[in-house]
Amino acid sequence: MASHESSYRPTNRLSKWLDARLPIQRMMHAQFIDFPTPRNINYLWTTGGLLSFFLGVQLLTGIVLAMHYAPTAADAFNSVEHIRRDVNYGWLMRNMHAVGASMFFLAVYIHIGRGLYYGSYKAPREVLWIIGVVIFLLMMATAFMGYSLPWGQMSFWAVTVITNLFSSIDSIIPGLGTRIVQWLWGGYSVSGTTLTRFFSLHYLLPFVIAGAVVLHIWALHVVGQNNPTGLEIKTASDSVPMSPHAVTKDIFALSVFVMLFAWFVFYLPDYLGHPDNYIEANPLSTPPHIVPEWYFLPYYAILRAIPNKLLGVVAMFASIIILCFTPWLDTSRVRSSKYRPVYKWFFWLFVITVIALGYLGSKPPEGAYVLWARIFTAYYFMHFLIVMPIVGVMETPSRMPRSITEAVLGSSGQPVNVGAPAAPPRH
Amino acid sequence: MASHTEDGSNRRDFIVVAAQAFAGVGTAIALWPFIHQMNPDASTQAAASLEVDLAPVKDGQAITVMWRGKPVFIRNRSKEEVKQALDVKLADLVDISARNDALPEKTPALDANRTKKGKENWLVMVGICTHLGCIPKGQSMSDAKGDYGGWFCPCHGSHYDTSGRIRKGPAPRNLEVPPYEFVSDTKIKIG
Amino acid sequence: MFTIHAAKKGVSALLLAVALMVSAGMAGAAEQEHPVIERQTWTFSGLFGKYDDAQLQRGFRVYTDVCSRCHGINRIYFRNLAEPGGPAFPVAAVKALAATFKVDDAPNEEGKVKKRPALLTDPFPSPYKNEQEARFSQNGALPPDLSLITKARSAEAEAPFYRVPDHMIRDILTGYQEGGADYVYAYITGFSEPPAGVKLAEFMNYNKAFPGHQTAMPNPFAGGDGLVEYDDGTPRTVENYARDVTAFLAWAGDPKLEERKRLGLLVIGYLLITVVLLGFAKRRVWRDVH
Repeated sequence: MASHESSYRPTNRLSKWLDARLPIQRMMHAQFIDFPTPRNINYLWTTGGLLSFFLGVQLLTGIVLAMHYAPTAADAFNSVEHIRRDVNYGWLMRNMHAVGASMFFLAVYIHIGRGLYYGSYKAPREVLWIIGVVIFLLMMATAFMGYSLPWGQMSFWAVTVITNLFSSIDSIIPGLGTRIVQWLWGGYSVSGTTLTRFFSLHYLLPFVIAGAVVLHIWALHVVGQNNPTGLEIKTASDSVPMSPHAVTKDIFALSVFVMLFAWFVFYLPDYLGHPDNYIEANPLSTPPHIVPEWYFLPYYAILRAIPNKLLGVVAMFASIIILCFTPWLDTSRVRSSKYRPVYKWFFWLFVITVIALGYLGSKPPEGAYVLWARIFTAYYFMHFLIVMPIVGVMETPSRMPRSITEAVLGSSGQPVNVGAPAAPPRH
Repeated sequence: MASHTEDGSNRRDFIVVAAQAFAGVGTAIALWPFIHQMNPDASTQAAASLEVDLAPVKDGQAITVMWRGKPVFIRNRSKEEVKQALDVKLADLVDISARNDALPEKTPALDANRTKKGKENWLVMVGICTHLGCIPKGQSMSDAKGDYGGWFCPCHGSHYDTSGRIRKGPAPRNLEVPPYEFVSDTKIKIG
Repeated sequence: MFTIHAAKKGVSALLLAVALMVSAGMAGAAEQEHPVIERQTWTFSGLFGKYDDAQLQRGFRVYTDVCSRCHGINRIYFRNLAEPGGPAFPVAAVKALAATFKVDDAPNEEGKVKKRPALLTDPFPSPYKNEQEARFSQNGALPPDLSLITKARSAEAEAPFYRVPDHMIRDILTGYQEGGADYVYAYITGFSEPPAGVKLAEFMNYNKAFPGHQTAMPNPFAGGDGLVEYDDGTPRTVENYARDVTAFLAWAGDPKLEERKRLGLLVIGYLLITVVLLGFAKRRVWRDVH
């Protein structure tokens, strides 16, 4: 991990004894207390802490819900109602879990957006970034399977529609897609068997996510945090120790975000859901509009924008996988969009594109909606494949500060000693 | 953690300590729902008391009802059975506590302390052997009733008398009498 | 900071440009007809919302006298009717009411299933034995169970996309979640003779709130004012019947609403103080850095 002097001093005999055998306290101290964080990071850098918090909330409330939930076609819906009505604070657990998923995604989108804007994917953070994309994919899989569990109409039809995507493989190897889909279902249609296995996987995946998060943080602590200037920490005055500085900031931001979370949990628990999911799954009747949860809408729009079934599926998955290639698609010498006068605008155009795709994903695929979904889908991919490489080469970055300290204090800035352990300059 | 910044007062500042304390207390309180959710839920609590109509139970007959997931033996004892139960001396008993949830533990195990006054023919007990939790025989007419004419646990051979008291075998205690009351002449409410 | 300011200005300009373009393009798509559902005033809406016990009791009466002939409400147990945060009928009255319903007993020693009076722990009996019987008796239409009807419906406001953000913000800030109740009220008061030129299919009725306007359910309040007895002096009008029964159904779908909003107020209050304290603490810790 990052090589900086540890200020850890075991104070009592037990910690001395442990330190000589398993220096876990020393490691935690180095990584989460002394760890130098750039002094100029803004509130967008608190989303990592938020995400860890929401992973914890989802794990905890999920374990609780599993104590009362019955993963069978006959009882799933009833058991959710039992949780809402009879279990002590069951309504609270269920609301926290459902709203928590939305908050988790909201935080992850801000987190990803920050990474894209400030070029956090660029060398030497490629592996850190790719692990992040893997976590995002795991989150999506977990959320999708979790959404099936209440076994409402939207649950059932979302599972039907999304698992059927795999049948598009039939157009390459006839029969294979159908076999895969039947393997996923454990039958010839979505049934209680499917529900039970989704429940099992939904319980498993969050622990896989937690493992990937450990790798993500490990990688982060090797290469160090990016910051709004995109410059590396060079001198002691460029950084502050993680605790108490970054920690108090993280906790403050967390408390603000938790307020938003609580607002939805207590006043709008159903606002982000779909009313059709309060109707028990019925394999004989499809709801008029099948729509996913809000956080999947942009991908749903991409899926439907492409008239060919297989290509639609490919485009949908590609829209996420393409993120893995940004470290090499982006040709700019500069990390942060703050100093990229041209690319900056394309970044915001990209944000608008994603929001527009989200809106279009919630609309029926007809008339002008389809046309707009195609235009925005095209830009989505063009942004990565054309804009990123070309703008990086063409644009002239604006003048950059020489160091983080200069960015904070101006060129005449005197380094202020806040006592952060110095990080050795990178070579 | 001890402060290690040069400005060592940071962490001891009143506002910082107050904020930490306030956030900490809130977090601790927030744990309560996570604990309380495991307590019996509203549907379980609603089913925690049970009304039983005794009118169809004839003299000498017995019925078993489920109460809080446990079998409850209700026997309409015949005159002889009541007399047998009354004739037993405390000195002959293995367990001299009445084991009646409505009475203190020290109450002697007289038959009168295991039934309701004026309703001595009715014996209501949790039908779980006090040895290792088997269900004793003796409810059905054809069942073996053991050496004392009451109940007999086939698992390890415990014999209970017509008052449900342990007389022979490994069981340590008399069968438990649950809290119940007569809500009318022929109806009881258990729990 | 100037760059962020400039970016913000740029974004709003871009948004506006895109908005204009898209609105022109989507005008056609947005013209689909969606019945307009008016928002009602409910005692249980908003941050301080509470059910009105008397209204729920009247609503229950309307449900039993009118709706229950065709619709079940099987997620409500008799015990729920006596619980606080609901109609809060006296326990004895609910027990007596339950006893007037006969439900299947457990099989007796001979394996026969006899009827017994319902208990507090029994769910409200459905008017049908099964779905097939329900459909058979209703010309093929299935009257849905009403336990979750206000949750399973919504008043979808059809707004042009550039109004979506401000509608969203308004609903989030006011904690508006009563679209289902608004829809149910609009639906049960929305029956009328079909307008000239509209031809109804067999067994269908005209309803102005129902998507497509043709519904299998007949007007429940065709009997008009005075149909249901009220004993608390509330005027016996169709409007009151509809409002009261909708409130009752809203409770049936969300029986923990009062507990939820009460706790919510405490939590939000606590968080407000925490946010302020943590904000000061953060400034204190960072004061030497900036």
